[in-house]
Amino acid sequence: MATRTNRAGLTKQQYRGAPSTLCQGCGHNSIASQIIAAAYELDIVPENIVKFSGIGCSSKSPTYFLSRSFGFNGLHGRMPSLATGALLADVSLKGMGVSGDGDTASIGMGQFKYVVRRNLDMVYIVENNGVYGLTKGQFSATAEKGLTLKKQGTNPYMPVDICMEAVIGGASFVARSFAGDPKQVKELLKAAIQHKGLAIIDIISPCVSFNNREGSYHSYSWGKAHETPIHDISFVPSREEIILKEAFEPGEIKDVTLHDGSHILLKKLDRDYDPTSRVDAIQILDENYRNNLLLTGLIYINPGQPTLADIHNLPDYALNRLTEKDLRPSPETLEAINAQMF
Amino acid sequence: MTTAQPSEKLALPEGVEPIINDFSITVGTVNGSGSQTSNTTLMRAIFKMGVPVEGKNLFPSNIQGLPTWFTIRVSKDGYLARREEHEIVVAMNPASFARDVADVLPGGVLFYDDSIRLAIGRDDITVYPMPVKKLAKASGAPSSLRNYVANMVYVGVLAQMLGIDLDKIRFALDFHFKGKEKPIALNMGVVEAAAQWAAENLEKKDPYMVAPMDKTEGYIMTDGNVAAALGSIYGGVQFVGWYPITPASSLAETLNEYLPKLRKDKDGKHTFAVVQAEDELAAIGMAIGAGWAGLRSMTSTSGPGVSLMTEFIGLAYAAEVPVVIWNVARVGPSTGLPTRTGQGDLTMLFFLGHGDTNNAILIPANPTEAFEFGWKAFDIAERLQAPVFVLSDLDLGMNQWMTKPFQYPDQPMDRGKILWEDDLETFAEKFKMEWGRYVDVDGDGIPYRTVPGNRHPRSAYFTRGTGHDDYARYSEDPENWEHLQNRIKQKFQVARELMPLPVVYETEGGAEIGLIGFGTTEDAILEARDQLMAAGIPTDFMRVRSLPCSHHLDDFVKNHKRVYVVELNRDGQLHQILTMHLPGQAEKMVSVAHIDGLPMTARWVREQIMAQEAK
Repeated sequence: MATRTNRAGLTKQQYRGAPSTLCQGCGHNSIASQIIAAAYELDIVPENIVKFSGIGCSSKSPTYFLSRSFGFNGLHGRMPSLATGALLADVSLKGMGVSGDGDTASIGMGQFKYVVRRNLDMVYIVENNGVYGLTKGQFSATAEKGLTLKKQGTNPYMPVDICMEAVIGGASFVARSFAGDPKQVKELLKAAIQHKGLAIIDIISPCVSFNNREGSYHSYSWGKAHETPIHDISFVPSREEIILKEAFEPGEIKDVTLHDGSHILLKKLDRDYDPTSRVDAIQILDENYRNNLLLTGLIYINPGQPTLADIHNLPDYALNRLTEKDLRPSPETLEAINAQMF
Repeated sequence: MTTAQPSEKLALPEGVEPIINDFSITVGTVNGSGSQTSNTTLMRAIFKMGVPVEGKNLFPSNIQGLPTWFTIRVSKDGYLARREEHEIVVAMNPASFARDVADVLPGGVLFYDDSIRLAIGRDDITVYPMPVKKLAKASGAPSSLRNYVANMVYVGVLAQMLGIDLDKIRFALDFHFKGKEKPIALNMGVVEAAAQWAAENLEKKDPYMVAPMDKTEGYIMTDGNVAAALGSIYGGVQFVGWYPITPASSLAETLNEYLPKLRKDKDGKHTFAVVQAEDELAAIGMAIGAGWAGLRSMTSTSGPGVSLMTEFIGLAYAAEVPVVIWNVARVGPSTGLPTRTGQGDLTMLFFLGHGDTNNAILIPANPTEAFEFGWKAFDIAERLQAPVFVLSDLDLGMNQWMTKPFQYPDQPMDRGKILWEDDLETFAEKFKMEWGRYVDVDGDGIPYRTVPGNRHPRSAYFTRGTGHDDYARYSEDPENWEHLQNRIKQKFQVARELMPLPVVYETEGGAEIGLIGFGTTEDAILEARDQLMAAGIPTDFMRVRSLPCSHHLDDFVKNHKRVYVVELNRDGQLHQILTMHLPGQAEKMVSVAHIDGLPMTARWVREQIMAQEAK
């Protein structure tokens, strides 16, 4: 039997990575599987993606998917700066950054806010479990107030809301999801990959070893019981006709068109939500926090925001393939400079 | 060569022998009053008269208000180091007046703002009052500019009293204001009025004069930060991540000024990106990301910035990523003396990183060399696949230097061992093995690398600072770890052959005493050598231009009976490195080091060596 391949002529196997060394049942493993599925289904050649991560359990995970993509496991909280420099080398490359709540919202808060500000063309996944796993169970910046952990006592501080920080920082794509909802994770990933600019996805991804107690915000059981999608999201690649559209009543669906002609279709559920409004985004995030909810979906999108490469007026060819004749100005120019010196 | 001749216009009193083109002028002003323009104008005018000249701006860490000094050394013999002695002092600041008056050498000259009504109390110097406020007011300058033009008064008075050509002053102002007529006319008006006032009201009693020579032909005036930026551009820089810090900021600012002019493609797109980062942590992170992805990448900072960058540079060292780091050094530890100069960052850079690390460092001594090392640093970084430092300092970076014009690179770019799609196929054929990121097939410790954007299905690898094997796979295996560390160390044997060689100045017939120095202390040491020679102590001098140490340095130490290692820091950091490098020679190497925040003087070097020799 012939092995199934996608339009890039690749099998799903060719999108996998090394076997995971994270704990059995870790939410991060489920996210890695959805990254593999999303890239496979989008027919992306793995060489067109570059993976980045910081330090922590989440940051180990880029080894476990897309082994044919270049990857750089950097420093704690500093994945964004590495990616910023690297992705300017060839603007046809898509960044895939994986970080955690400790990596992003503690030491990495500065770089997180700044990569948002610069709108680097990268998917930025925060695998958010409210706890430091690799150092064995300390509170992270997103741990809810009142959370009690084995050796740590009770967390007295307000949590950082990663999506709120992203929206306020001017992000062009902000989403929240739950590792226990793989279908939504995958659709959001596809939309994020096809979005031109920085796409933040804050995924609640339970830590089975240190923060999975019943009733804790980042646990599987709580997430399963409380996750409330704000819409039903599906991603339609540019090559496919949007036949689904006709099946819906007017006003029942929101259609966001991306730069490459692909579509994000958002089917209305309980509420009428407009993800292109920052004010609505801030409102829903505030509601989510005040009422201790887990609202998931595409919270904010602005498909037309200029990327870092646009801002820097970079060409569409790869800078890292330029040679001496492109890079070293002529002797005449230096003579002119010498003549201009005092 | 023309011999300097006193100007006919300047009549000296009978019996006074002129002192021509051989003195220092120090100007004491209030920081932020625009005196920098006046001082560089004076210096440039003297330069344009063909007289070797150098200026050091000794300024406080302050935008406006604190006392600041500028010293100009005029030297017919071409000595360009700072001098501690001031023959001519221009006192414009009441707050530093007493000190400025006291600083004038006996027989010297004091020019001062006559609105300062403080006692002078010296009868061994010539004193010229200047009606600064009156002339500034008469200039018609709006009151907002009056303080600035006030400083042009002393330019005009000095021009008249020393014989500095007014045409040359106009030329300097034209350069400074980039040809803009209005400010040139306003400032020149004040200069001319002041010169005329001096001609009518002051009687020349002192012997100091500037007279035209032809000793600046073939030189330009510029600073090391401008030179470094331009050198980097001619080295093909593509990415710059930086964060403002004194005294490095003007390096990146110069890149921003010139790159858009020199590096646009035919469609007007930029073939570079300069990103002002949120901090040094991000600046170096971006630069390392870019270097990893195959761009010629750099950052520029100073000591405290390097401290912040250290963890990332350690990662680049371990993961073998090329990147160029300019450290325009100031004086530490901590905030230290942020607007002063020193050589206190040498050992920090050399050993920077945790675990076993050693780094390649280029050390320019003047702007011409800063330009050269600007482009060379990229070749070396890409060849070694390692971070490469260039250690400049505030003196070089921010002061104006009389220097040779920038020389176009005399070597093609060396992009190092980089493999693209086709190269990966050839690699397999040539070495009869599959490519692996950290496989040392050449036996020089330097493997071949691929970069993102390479579309060959076997080009990718996973980069990490964690332990890894030859194929970049995660490994905590003891043998892998030791093999990796030893291979990386081997690269620094290669570096020894790759780095710029030391410059040697030998005494004819040889000398028993060797002097070793590095960077911007060269002028002081060269001048001290002449003074020592005159005192009957011949010396040879080696200026180290890079670390790790070259074999030439080993020989130089071995071939001299006593070696003085002269440097501008407290602990004698090059001396420390050399004694570690050559333990068998340690006893004959003597540290001559001090740090006070100021550029080194020949007098200090001479006195130190003579005191040592007298022992």
